[in-house]
Amino acid sequence: MKQATLQLETLTCPSCLQKIESAVKAIDGVDQDSVKVMFNSSKVKVTFDDEKTSLEAIERAITALGYEVKKAKAKPV
Amino acid sequence: MQQFILRKKNPITLLSGILILIAFIGKFAFKQMVLFNTALIIASIIGVLPIAFQAYQALRVKVVSIDVLVTIAVLGAFFIQNYEESAIVTFLFLFGAYLEQRTLNHTRSAIKELTEMAPETALKQMENGEFVEVDVEDVAEGDILLVKTGAKVPVDGTVIQGEGYINEASITGESVPVRKDVGTKVFAGTILENGTLQIVADRVGEDTTFGKIIELVEEAQDSKSEAERFIDRFAKYYTPAVLVLALVVWLFSRDLELAITILVLGCPGALVIGVPVSNVAGIGNGARNGVLLKGSEVIHDFSRVDTVVFDKTGTLTIGNPEVADVKWYTKDKEKVLAYLASVERESDHPLAKAIVAYIGDTPNFTVENTNVKKGGGIVAEVNGRRIAVGNVALMEQEKVPLSGEVRKDITVFERKGNSIVLTAIDGELQVLMGIRDRIRPGVKEDLRKLKKLGVKKLVLLSGDNQGTVDLVAKELGLTEAHGHMLPEDKSAYIKSLQKKGETVAFVGDGVNDSPSLALADIGIAMGNGTDVAIETSDVVLMNSDFSRLPHALGLTKATSNNMRQNIIIAIGVVLILLAGVFFSDWVNMSVGMLVHEASILVVILNGMRLLRYRLR
Repeated sequence: MKQATLQLETLTCPSCLQKIESAVKAIDGVDQDSVKVMFNSSKVKVTFDDEKTSLEAIERAITALGYEVKKAKAKPV
Repeated sequence: MQQFILRKKNPITLLSGILILIAFIGKFAFKQMVLFNTALIIASIIGVLPIAFQAYQALRVKVVSIDVLVTIAVLGAFFIQNYEESAIVTFLFLFGAYLEQRTLNHTRSAIKELTEMAPETALKQMENGEFVEVDVEDVAEGDILLVKTGAKVPVDGTVIQGEGYINEASITGESVPVRKDVGTKVFAGTILENGTLQIVADRVGEDTTFGKIIELVEEAQDSKSEAERFIDRFAKYYTPAVLVLALVVWLFSRDLELAITILVLGCPGALVIGVPVSNVAGIGNGARNGVLLKGSEVIHDFSRVDTVVFDKTGTLTIGNPEVADVKWYTKDKEKVLAYLASVERESDHPLAKAIVAYIGDTPNFTVENTNVKKGGGIVAEVNGRRIAVGNVALMEQEKVPLSGEVRKDITVFERKGNSIVLTAIDGELQVLMGIRDRIRPGVKEDLRKLKKLGVKKLVLLSGDNQGTVDLVAKELGLTEAHGHMLPEDKSAYIKSLQKKGETVAFVGDGVNDSPSLALADIGIAMGNGTDVAIETSDVVLMNSDFSRLPHALGLTKATSNNMRQNIIIAIGVVLILLAGVFFSDWVNMSVGMLVHEASILVVILNGMRLLRYRLR
């Protein structure tokens, strides 16, 4: 398992959070309960199974919604 | 295509604004109805594109967002050929979003300033011995780094070469530079004001003290209170409900215009943004003023505190006690002092430190079988002799006889506000020492401010004797003061206060009072940015600065009020608009959107006031 932290562009609408959360949760291999989209710091924190998915896949899911990912890193937990 | 349009939202907003302007000039100045309609149609189409894309993405992940409501409303307006409404609504929605982003950045600025203080690069020693600039994330524990004058220390580390003065304001809030030389610790995020240092990295990145502070503040600004979670759940069902309501209205009244107006009016904008905005601005103000608040739950609880409990040592007093009075019961002073100093060097208790400082240089003996008696003192062996250092209870436990004269001396000492330290060798009393601490300057005024802010009870709980405690209580005008308290007594006392229905804040130094800090409704640590203080408490006062306490309490009250105001504004606006639709005719789609966007800006601006909050 790995924990990923993604810094997004400044989030301004709280409904963005719902969108991003649902999109990240939909990825196979992501720990559902761990998904945390932080409004004010505009960050996403999530733990995922690195055999099933990857940091890149999570990044793609967020970018596909139209939000820019500024920085992404993952560390083993 | 999607990406391109979403990126170009700002130019699109501007263009749509210009088109609307052209349309109205065309209509009123030149009576050009064709130009009017054409310009508005173009403005509507380009304006609705980014909104529609966002709506589409939301629907794909099964979320009915505000974008969905607005898109349907605009399409509806287009369908009934009301191009004026469709163009103006899209423009207002986009322009509002732009303004929201701008103002939101302001409310978040205080915390951003803090995170931007994080070091980004480091000069790391490579295998060939040269120092090369690298990204701070490429520094590992054990690496050797060079810090030059004016640079930020990139990690928590130990100086291995050189000396200099460091400004540690980012960690302690204290801006007087601190001298550092070989063997001393340095902290990430602090600034080397002069000198050059080589350091070895002990902790890097998020594990550094500064990293932890940043993480704490970042987590805090996004932590949610019970009320907020309720609003979130509410919003999840609210937007679909508005959609259904509009549909029902249309089915029954066959009035498409009324239905789409309801869609626009139903947008929940100000409600969902109002509380997070107050939260981030309040926590930001705190971070700027040396008060770390751990989230909105803490703000809520702290604002309702009616009892503040202090632990004396290091909280109300300077925490640097000194030996003030001494009474001898033996002639052989030098030997006793040497034994006493040797034993007390084993301890880091503030009273022991005061005694060691008072005695100064003496021969150091080997101390064996040291036994720390909690709440009593120390018993140890030196040269085969049994040394007992501590309070009256310890002496009684050790069966040291205390004559009537001695007991009288102790009473006199206590009355002067001393803590009592007795020293016995092989069961015979040698010396009585009275140790006193000074009250922190300004504390009296700060306590008065707390009372003015609505705190009803100020309680002092201390391990010191009742005489000392009473003296401090009298001088400071405290409500209650209890001495002879062990850590477990303090937590039991707090529990009893809570049983009586009081909301209790406990102020301590975060090291030996962690049970009380954890038990109290609000644990306030007077920390020097120490890890323990940061982790066990709800609120941290940086640099042990007592004067931040009234500011912290005032700030949480202001923030709570601010949240309440924002909720009232948000709900009030929706109610007024709905009433306007059903009972009058001044509300149409454009007016609805305008009022909505305005209310969002009002709650953000209202939240921003917190950034400038100061306690009067």
